Amino acid sequence: MTEVVLAAAPTQMLAERRRFRVLRKLAAHRSFKIGLVLVAILVLCAIIGPMLTGIDPTAMSIRSRFKPPSARFPFGSDQYGRDILTRVLYGGRLSLSIGLSVALISGVFGAAIGVTAGYFRALDPYVMRLMDALMAFPAILLAIGIGAALGAQASSIVVALSVAYVPRTARIVRASVLVIREMEYLQAARVSGAGDLHIIVKHVLPNCLGPLIVQLTFIFAYAILAEAALSFLGIGPPPPAPSWGNIIAEGRDYSVEAWWVMLFPGLAVSLAALGMNLLGDGLRDVLDPRLKIET
Amino acid sequence: MSAAPIVVVRDLVKTFVARGAALRAVDGVSFDVRQGETLGLVGESGSGKSTTGRILVGLEAATSGSINLFGQEISSVRGRVTPAAVRRRLQFVFQDPQNSLNPRMRAQDAIAEPLDVTGGWSRIARDDRVRELLEMVGLPRSCGDRFPHEFSGGQRQRIGIARALALKPDFVICDEPVSSLDVSMQAQIVNLLLDLQERLGLSYLFIAHDLAVVRSISTRVAVMYAGGIVELAPKRELYTSPRHPYTQALLAAVPRITSNRARAAVITGELPSQIDTVPGCTFHPRCPFALERCRIEKPKLREIAPGHLAACHLHETPA
Repeated sequence: MTEVVLAAAPTQMLAERRRFRVLRKLAAHRSFKIGLVLVAILVLCAIIGPMLTGIDPTAMSIRSRFKPPSARFPFGSDQYGRDILTRVLYGGRLSLSIGLSVALISGVFGAAIGVTAGYFRALDPYVMRLMDALMAFPAILLAIGIGAALGAQASSIVVALSVAYVPRTARIVRASVLVIREMEYLQAARVSGAGDLHIIVKHVLPNCLGPLIVQLTFIFAYAILAEAALSFLGIGPPPPAPSWGNIIAEGRDYSVEAWWVMLFPGLAVSLAALGMNLLGDGLRDVLDPRLKIET
Repeated sequence: MSAAPIVVVRDLVKTFVARGAALRAVDGVSFDVRQGETLGLVGESGSGKSTTGRILVGLEAATSGSINLFGQEISSVRGRVTPAAVRRRLQFVFQDPQNSLNPRMRAQDAIAEPLDVTGGWSRIARDDRVRELLEMVGLPRSCGDRFPHEFSGGQRQRIGIARALALKPDFVICDEPVSSLDVSMQAQIVNLLLDLQERLGLSYLFIAHDLAVVRSISTRVAVMYAGGIVELAPKRELYTSPRHPYTQALLAAVPRITSNRARAAVITGELPSQIDTVPGCTFHPRCPFALERCRIEKPKLREIAPGHLAACHLHETPA
């Protein structure tokens, strides 16, 4: 046994440093940082913002209809005299939670379906043809159909968008599983007597998490945009409870006279989508070693 | 003829079907592995040596043939799973530890995986066993919480070996365990395997294409060609007086630095197609001594001297 047994102390430090390699790379990634800051600000605003303003987002005041941005109404007021700033802050809660729910639900179901199809090859053609059939519809059209069928409420938006994004997630997960299932460490586990469940949980899932997380950040962003689009079409969360989408939808008839009603929630949607996309790009660069990182 | 055989393989056949054509990767292989010995299995790429090992451990199903492990008949044909009690005594070391270790699993968890799968190990007993195994394969006890990429190739193979030893097996199949390592590492891993064999009383089936490595570790050596064993003999005998023309040519092809004599019996031609099998001996198209009989009749592996088996018509009629 003459192999160089590395001295314990420096190795330990090296190991510690390497363990945080991903975090360090992320910290050095410019667009990831911008995205993270954007998203963090929006989430913070949505959580603590409403507490600070202390105004009811549904409180109407006929006397202060269509006030342009001023000290009293920093973002102006809408046709019922409601404070747009407060509504955007409250709307952020609904819009961001719709985005998060859609990302989580399509992540869980997409991963389950993708792993099933990729790992149990006998099921693959059936499962994936079903997913292909769902994917044949444009996501927004499918969501409109499901949303219309379930009625206008926040939960039906979540269901509709999840159904639209599950096949896309499943396809990505399946692709990673197809690569992983050929890896020798799966055979090694099988030789050790491991069953399918053990192999899936310990070997397959951890190794396809990277692409999945990246995909979910994009779905988060799409879901916020889609919520706005669906609300615009009248199948979003019903008024008077504000979401970014339905504030825009309510303001569209007055967009010439009262531009501020649409502008601020629109900005919030754009910033959230931009932030999540930048964050996702950063994660993709760092988690996928095949791509060269440009910072 | 020391101990009783713990592994008996008879007429093992594995046929792969690709686009309607049947490829006989393993074509009637028979051998024994005795308690405490190392059977080296050499052959060029595609000779079926790895497939043989993979069938034994249950990664492939045999098309026909019988396998007897530790006195228990294993019907390895068509999806029958090896009983857990037998599988525990039989472990496998993979060729490339780079691929056979999950990159997202710490060394201690990779080593403990057989324990976790088997169950019945308390947290403390499991961790103790992992540290014991790390020490056994010459790694620092403290390195268990590192990931595979933080080890060198040789250290990774040590982890692969520790993992194989976790359940205290009796028989370990090593599939080209050193061919992905550089020469100095190869020597260390071979020494480690020999050391462990002595301490734990292991038997090995050592699969490799490198004659020198096989020579340094084996008790007996089997030479495979085109899916079949052509010669099987105690190591010294096989290396000093090979009987089969293929073995002779193989050994003659080893470059030597001590002599500059012209190389004898260089093999010409290519491996035969294992899809359209030719009748007769698989080696006859390339054999310089081929007789008429070799084109017609396939020679059987038979004992031509005590403990020395060869599949060649040249040695059947006592000279």
